[in-house]
Amino acid sequence: MDILRIATAGSVDDGKSTLIGRLLYETNSITKDKIEALESASKRKGLNFLDLSLLTDGLIAEREQGITIDVAHIYFSTPTRKYIIADTPGHIEYTRNMVTGASNAKVSLILVDARQGIVEQTARHLSIASLLRIPKVIICVNKMDLVQYQESKFNEIQDKLSELVRKTTFQGQIVSYLPISSLFGQNITKKADEMTWFTGNTLLQELETFEFAETLAQAPARFPVQFVVRPMTEAYHDYRGYAGKISSGTFKVGDEIRVLPTGQTSTIATIEKFENSLDQAIAGESIVMTLSNDIDISRGNSIVLASETNVPSLKDFSAHVCWLDHQALSAGKTYLLQHGIHTTKAKITQITERLDVTQQTSTTEVGQLNLNEIGKISLRTAQAISADIYVENPSNGSFILIDEFSNSTVGVGFVD
Amino acid sequence: MSKNMSAIHDKIGQFPRELEDESIYIMREVAAQFDRPALLFSGGKDSITLVRLAQKAFFPGKIPFPLVHIDTGHNFPETIEFRDWLAKETGAELIVRYVQDSIDQGKAKEESGKYASRNVLQTVTLLDTIEEFKFDACIGGARRDEEKARAKERIFSVRDDFGQWDAKRQRPELFDMLNGRISVGENVRVFPISNWTELDVWNYIKEEKMEIPSIYFAHQRQVIQRDGMLWADSEHLNKEADEIPFETTVRFRTVGDMTCTAAVSSTAVDIDVIIEEILSAEISERGARIDDKRSEAAMEKRKQQGYF
Repeated sequence: MDILRIATAGSVDDGKSTLIGRLLYETNSITKDKIEALESASKRKGLNFLDLSLLTDGLIAEREQGITIDVAHIYFSTPTRKYIIADTPGHIEYTRNMVTGASNAKVSLILVDARQGIVEQTARHLSIASLLRIPKVIICVNKMDLVQYQESKFNEIQDKLSELVRKTTFQGQIVSYLPISSLFGQNITKKADEMTWFTGNTLLQELETFEFAETLAQAPARFPVQFVVRPMTEAYHDYRGYAGKISSGTFKVGDEIRVLPTGQTSTIATIEKFENSLDQAIAGESIVMTLSNDIDISRGNSIVLASETNVPSLKDFSAHVCWLDHQALSAGKTYLLQHGIHTTKAKITQITERLDVTQQTSTTEVGQLNLNEIGKISLRTAQAISADIYVENPSNGSFILIDEFSNSTVGVGFVD
Repeated sequence: MSKNMSAIHDKIGQFPRELEDESIYIMREVAAQFDRPALLFSGGKDSITLVRLAQKAFFPGKIPFPLVHIDTGHNFPETIEFRDWLAKETGAELIVRYVQDSIDQGKAKEESGKYASRNVLQTVTLLDTIEEFKFDACIGGARRDEEKARAKERIFSVRDDFGQWDAKRQRPELFDMLNGRISVGENVRVFPISNWTELDVWNYIKEEKMEIPSIYFAHQRQVIQRDGMLWADSEHLNKEADEIPFETTVRFRTVGDMTCTAAVSSTAVDIDVIIEEILSAEISERGARIDDKRSEAAMEKRKQQGYF
């Protein structure tokens, strides 16, 4: 059974909570006691239907303000797949949460209110989905019930959306458009009887049929060493295993490998998962690797295939960053850069551009980047990092920036 | 809402292996990033799962951190017995600290009335234990599917000196990069099975053929009926005059203290039947946790005060 991670985004009041509630409700993911609680809460609000949005509206602070303030994770499953939704708020000031929630997603689910059509946030969400190289975007035109389920209204919005998507999308990204009503369950898991003119998939069909697994296993092989296992017991006296999670590609027993940054080479002797020995392992698997000869490897080193001539090693490079902190990013400042599990110091030498993601334009000669802004920077690290160019191999091309004094994660970067 | 039985059978026995890979990765990050980590062990199925994951993460080496149990004195005896067996079986170091000691030292005050429990009190003992051993990371078995406040929890959750959680000050977690840097006095709560659901845990226990305490399976027990739930009778339960214990067949779906976990009527004697029960369940897992029912925002408030 595989896992599909979805990021949801929308603007305030476009019905995102109701959509998620509807998905949970119609996939039988809600227990009876929760439905009963929902019924009484809906009644207290004077509603004569189930307010499914109450299922996901969580924290005390949120109820006070009537908004969603952070990334919430929601789970449901079908016989085909397990789904993890990272539900992120639609406020402009919480873009950092949107990037955070979307960073692991394979699908970006974007909501548009059928009465309003495209708003500034729509462009922002599409740009971020592309910046993060999310392979599939599903745009749901919601609240179709409030425009009498008119086909012409949907077509009009879809035309405008396609125009916008042409500016933001990248090659290989799949974008689909669905007319839905979350409130009345039209086109979520069941075909819309109110919109027989629409012949496309329901939302759930779109999710169930999306295939994504292969690409990662075929990417260049990257294995960051997380932990060195040295039991030093009698049974395992000279045992030295390199534990980690393969970030991309495939490793096989017998493969010639090279250690970065030291450049030493060896051969894979075994690949182990607990008590099992494997012939090969692919991206995403947590394994222990042993090598045929004793070489010095420590945490933060990266193992790649020796046959690869163009090994990644960066010290002076440029990257796109999204700034996540109240204290602005300024040129000349030093941060800790964490690439995967490897941390080193990094100096921001220049901020070269600030992007306006809603207008698809950029400004040059930038002094600083503020919270929620996206820009292009140049930086220099103390030690080389074994990162790939993000668009070529996303799972080995991102990093975070950490403030040395507050220890907070203040930015996320994508290697150019 | 009745579930279609064939759909139920389709879901049985399918554990997404990716979850195990993710959790093992988190375990190894804890061991690498912190000086004095600990695994908080409650004896429940979630913390038993954590022990299994830790065992796998460092194999053939031993688990490089201790198991810590905050014993409320209200635990089921079966839980304690199982805890001691598991520590021996895995060779892990076991540290036990007692809520009773915190009460005797005047740091915590026993609750009164028929709903009295030591669930809130254990936070005091936990914070003292963290200070005693200078633990900088505590691994816990919380899952995001359990409850609304937990749905927003990070995998590495930074707590201040008082163990407090602040929803608005959480660090963003991007991709799989975990930032465990902290200042003096701070510590981190780590939740390696954040992304697992209750069903995932049971499927994993089944696929791994793991041992679990006997109280998870149907057995005869003296209970009382209160607020529509079955409460295990014990010397710790403050009963009212009309609450007469009777014997019936029950099991526990979640295991906390005897005073704050309700039993469910069940004849499930093996894991397959338990999984079927969960898939067709009418009550959510935490619906059997009396502590959560105190108020709608109960969990969030307890988290702010240093609870898990």
